[in-house]
Amino acid sequence: MIPVTLFGVTLLVFTMMQLLDPYQLLSAYVSSPAELKGENIERLIEKYNLDEPLPVKYFQWIYQAVRGDLGWSESASMPVSHAIRTKFPLTMELALYAFIPIIIGGVWIGKQTALRHNSFVDHSCRIFVIVGWSFPDFVFGLLVILIFYSGLGWFPPGLLSNWASQAVASPAYDHYTGLITVDALLNGRLDIFFDALRHLMGPVVTMTYLWSAFLIRITRSGMLDVLHKDYIRTARAKGLPERMVINKHASKNAMIAVLTVAGRLVIYLLTGTVIIETIFNRPGMGKFVAFAAQQLDYAGILGGTLFFALVLIVGNLIVDVLYAVYDPRIELS
Amino acid sequence: MARITVLDKDTRRKIKKLFTNPTALLGFFLLFFFSLVALLAPFLAPQPMEGIDPYIIPRQGFLTEPQPPSGNAIFGTTEGQYDIYYAVVWGTRTAFKVGFVVVFFTTIIGMTVGACAGYYRGKVDELLMRITDVFMSMPFLIAVIVLTTLLGKGLDKVVIALIAFDWMDTARLLRGNVLQEREEEYVQAAKALGYSDLRIILRHILPNTTFPVVIQASMRIGTLVVVASGLSFLGLGAPQDYADWGQIISYSRNWQGLEYWYTIFFPSLAMVLFVLSWNLIGDTLRDIFDPRMK
Repeated sequence: MIPVTLFGVTLLVFTMMQLLDPYQLLSAYVSSPAELKGENIERLIEKYNLDEPLPVKYFQWIYQAVRGDLGWSESASMPVSHAIRTKFPLTMELALYAFIPIIIGGVWIGKQTALRHNSFVDHSCRIFVIVGWSFPDFVFGLLVILIFYSGLGWFPPGLLSNWASQAVASPAYDHYTGLITVDALLNGRLDIFFDALRHLMGPVVTMTYLWSAFLIRITRSGMLDVLHKDYIRTARAKGLPERMVINKHASKNAMIAVLTVAGRLVIYLLTGTVIIETIFNRPGMGKFVAFAAQQLDYAGILGGTLFFALVLIVGNLIVDVLYAVYDPRIELS
Repeated sequence: MARITVLDKDTRRKIKKLFTNPTALLGFFLLFFFSLVALLAPFLAPQPMEGIDPYIIPRQGFLTEPQPPSGNAIFGTTEGQYDIYYAVVWGTRTAFKVGFVVVFFTTIIGMTVGACAGYYRGKVDELLMRITDVFMSMPFLIAVIVLTTLLGKGLDKVVIALIAFDWMDTARLLRGNVLQEREEEYVQAAKALGYSDLRIILRHILPNTTFPVVIQASMRIGTLVVVASGLSFLGLGAPQDYADWGQIISYSRNWQGLEYWYTIFFPSLAMVLFVLSWNLIGDTLRDIFDPRMK
């Protein structure tokens, strides 16, 4: 199914592209602004087959895209493929740091509420979940900035402090992965590592509150579901200590639901940071797409969309495979 | 005889449960409040001048710095002196309009696709479901941003983009229900009577399968309003000075000091409560209608 979906997605993006006229579209094809300078626009349209019938245009576009040539991004002043290479690691880094507290906190709280079903803890947690779920990310993000930056001065927005960005930009500093914290450790710069961490905290706090709500809910219902099963009663009847029943018997099956959601969560964290990155001024992929859209940088948004769709499709595939590995009852079709 | 009962006994019992549940009641109360605000907007925040589009937020002057709440502007003003109270009141209308219009059209599209796929099965089903998969393979927010930008920005473009990428859940849900329902005896009877496919779908199958779809659709309104406001916040949706919650919140971005709390507090409060009201109702609905979620 994956190739069909991939083909479909490219077709969908291509169809949307046809809303633009050839002059606007040209930016999604040329490889640098130098190519536009002094050139005859009509000649360029001919060169990239923009006046040809749709199937020809489609294959020309796909051929370029597969080779990694997604055009020149006006808003980032670099080729789109290069922008993706430098910006996606920042989005990954944020996802990585947000993922840990969301999973640990969400699963733990979810389990506790399930074990204390219908208690005060359970009910207050339910309120926490619904309220968290009702906060738009830009509202909560702005509140975090208001409290933790304007009020307390703890977590500044951005990527790094001025002194740290200067150190990172110096030629002596090596960029191994593009992930700021990892690069700082590899360079042996603990001060930069902690500075980057401090800047990460704002978006991480925001994403943790908004997304752990989701995870709490899934863990709780998964756990409740399992706790009513016969084999749990059997385990208790055998006289197993309650701790064993919960940790060995119930958790493992309840985790199947959590695992699927955790996989989806990673995909959400990688593809859903448009607004968070914009608010906290982190130049990752999300902000790239938002900025490209604001600047009407067509090459940027089309390339970004194609990339995000790819992340989503590949991510879903990985989740399905992991799911089947963890739960042998499920067969991959 | 064709069976045209919209609500059976079980469903009626569930609806009764919905209207006696305290969580849902709080949601309904909030929703009622917002509906009142939207309906009475012209009285709550009278437009300053006749003849001007009432959705244009009036300005209290041209100072750059936001001004705290005062008798003139009870919620204060944003940068450029846009009246926050006016924007919040009329923004309620914008929110309802966006939510209802999008849900109305996505339900129609989703039901058409789902009913065709479920009723005709085979190749039609396969094709329609693949198309649905493709639309679901685009990250929602990104897809909406791209289509809005390609269409040329503006609130109407946001609505079109939301419709284009939000019909899939409805289609899938209805397809499943129709697949089940078409095997029922009354459908076979209708077929034996020689009724046309269209008549069987519209008069016989849909009345018996629509209810869950409507519930699911109403639960999406909150999310849709958040996304639409998000786009306005990014500057892709509502035009400058148009009454929209996301728009008015974006005006507070340059003023993040605690002394400017009112620029973010009032519009955010309206937004969160609005979304909360839909979620409270949706949450209860899920409890009642989806036995797997306890």
